[in-house]
Amino acid sequence: MKIDPATFWIVLPVLGLGTYLIRFSFLGMLGSRPLPGPLRRALRYTAVGILPGLVAPAVLWPPATGGAPDVARLVAACVTLAVGVASRSVIGAILAGGTTLYTLLWLL
Amino acid sequence: MRPIRSPFLRGCLASSPFVIVVVPFAVLFGVVATEAGLDLFQVMLFSFSVFAGASQFAAVQLMQDQAPVLIVLATSLAVNLRMVMYSVAMAPHLGAAPLGTRALMAYFLVDQSFAASQAEFEARPDQPLRDKVAFFFGSVTPIAPLWFVATFAGAAMGQAIPPEFALDFAVPITFLAIVAPMLRSLPHVVAAGVSIVAALVLVGLPSGAGLLVAAALAMTAGALTEVALERRRALR
Repeated sequence: MKIDPATFWIVLPVLGLGTYLIRFSFLGMLGSRPLPGPLRRALRYTAVGILPGLVAPAVLWPPATGGAPDVARLVAACVTLAVGVASRSVIGAILAGGTTLYTLLWLL
Repeated sequence: MRPIRSPFLRGCLASSPFVIVVVPFAVLFGVVATEAGLDLFQVMLFSFSVFAGASQFAAVQLMQDQAPVLIVLATSLAVNLRMVMYSVAMAPHLGAAPLGTRALMAYFLVDQSFAASQAEFEARPDQPLRDKVAFFFGSVTPIAPLWFVATFAGAAMGQAIPPEFALDFAVPITFLAIVAPMLRSLPHVVAAGVSIVAALVLVGLPSGAGLLVAAALAMTAGALTEVALERRRALR
């Protein structure tokens, strides 16, 4: 589905400003002071707590197939994860996952 | 070879390996955002004003799923919360710079400039402020222009790519590829696992709300695992 322009024009300025304020926070205003331990601990897991959950439904029930589980996409996701964990290389994982996806889509 | 004296050039050099990640990532964003219905101007404005790849992808995906504005904002801002840590880490080194300089550096505080500067400032904490500021700006010099140019290239290519190319799956693959190298400790693995399971279980909640709950659970699980591991280590 296409993005609704009204949504976009609200999200753009708020996300831009919000992201800037996050970056500016300590460097710009708060200065050198340590973060409270629990906060620092939670922040460490933001990316790893959000990104997998964001893609998990699309891996199991891809919108492109109308929500039916798809072998090619499922295997490609597993290969991406495995290569990324083993090689620690983002680009290596993307290439491995993409190659797997296209090979399987072509074979199946 | 003569060691490079200029801190600015050393900064450029330190972050130049990241170029091979940034360019394809930005091209992909341009393509995906264009396919989602944004025009060239909107895509570029997005990259200029947010300048944070993962949250841009997240926002585009959620807006495409017709998630409510508040959910889109909460989730994409949460993706960027890790940068609070970057800001904290840079403050002792760069905090004495004039306000205008700090304001400009804040805009350029991205994953790559942070990684390069953090490594440099930890290795050589005693260099003068001028050199640290120069290094920081050096470290973003190979990144920022390429991010914008590559976004533009991707957006320009976007319309030309037919649906057979299964670009719907580019975002999942990219995100999994970003997350995988982060899974280097048990708390990270636990957080990722909780995130996946909770997001799947809560997928029935109104668009995107399940993800927010899953993220909160995952962060808590990661933090608690870390505490538990520390306790066990302390007992030994």
